[in-house]
Amino acid sequence: MMTLSLSHYLILAAVLFAISIVGIVLNRKNLIVLLMAVELMLLAVNINFVAFSHYLNDIHGQVFVFFVLTVAAAESAIGLAILIVLFRNLRTIHVDDLDSLQG
Amino acid sequence: MEFKTLVFYFFSIILVLAALGVILARNPVYAVLSLVVAFIGASGVWMLLEAEFLAIALVLVYVGAVMVLFLFVVMMLDIDPARLREGFWRYLPLALLVGALLLGEMTLVLNGDWFQALQAPAAASAEYSNTQALGRVLYTVYAYPFELASLVLLIAMIAAVSLTHRKREGVKRVDPAQQVKVKRNERLRVVSMPVEKEEEAAPDAPAGES
Repeated sequence: MMTLSLSHYLILAAVLFAISIVGIVLNRKNLIVLLMAVELMLLAVNINFVAFSHYLNDIHGQVFVFFVLTVAAAESAIGLAILIVLFRNLRTIHVDDLDSLQG
Repeated sequence: MEFKTLVFYFFSIILVLAALGVILARNPVYAVLSLVVAFIGASGVWMLLEAEFLAIALVLVYVGAVMVLFLFVVMMLDIDPARLREGFWRYLPLALLVGALLLGEMTLVLNGDWFQALQAPAAASAEYSNTQALGRVLYTVYAYPFELASLVLLIAMIAAVSLTHRKREGVKRVDPAQQVKVKRNERLRVVSMPVEKEEEAAPDAPAGES
């Protein structure tokens, strides 16, 4: 418990992942917070990658984190753009109002 | 307690509290600001794991660019925070159940002996550069994926611009396609006018009129 082990980092990432899952269930009406919870999940996964990369002494894990960061940035940029278009057309981003496809 | 452990707990507590702030904040602006704090905490944890380049990149790229984008969008949208939180208390028991189950199972596995037996490698020497090591792999083994990543960013940029671009009414501008298609005859009309003063100059000289 006193000296750091891989478990510490993995459990930290697990706590973060669980928090973001709770956030997705709680804020299912709020698209912005949903996007942010997805970002938190990606961060948790990245912490796992970096921790394993350090403990297995393998730099390739960090390269993967690099790519995950790239894709996450692209994802959030497009997600926010879609959100803006949605708001411009419908004047709302409330999940319940987005029912034009009758889903 | 070791100093490194202390630092780890310091950053972890910041990270977890900020993550809770993201999902519990009443106002989306505070949620975005909490996410910024969470990223800074994660960057501290990555520093502890000797991933210096990624830690700096997380703060520079994520906090500096992506989170500012989030902040702009949240402040631009005119949303009613109260309406976005409806059903919050109704979903709370389910959310806590799901979260506790997930966390419990993952902790049981991750707290196992195998993960604790793994010894951390000795601290890198002073002349070791994480950025150099990462760059060496990135530009040789991962050269094509790296190019692909830049392509992903380019496509995302084009998509975001073309999604949010809009045609405005009442703005005067020139359409380049129309401009190129123009013929001489549409712009220039040659009219023959009767000569008013009889002189020896050419009587049928055409007068141009645009």
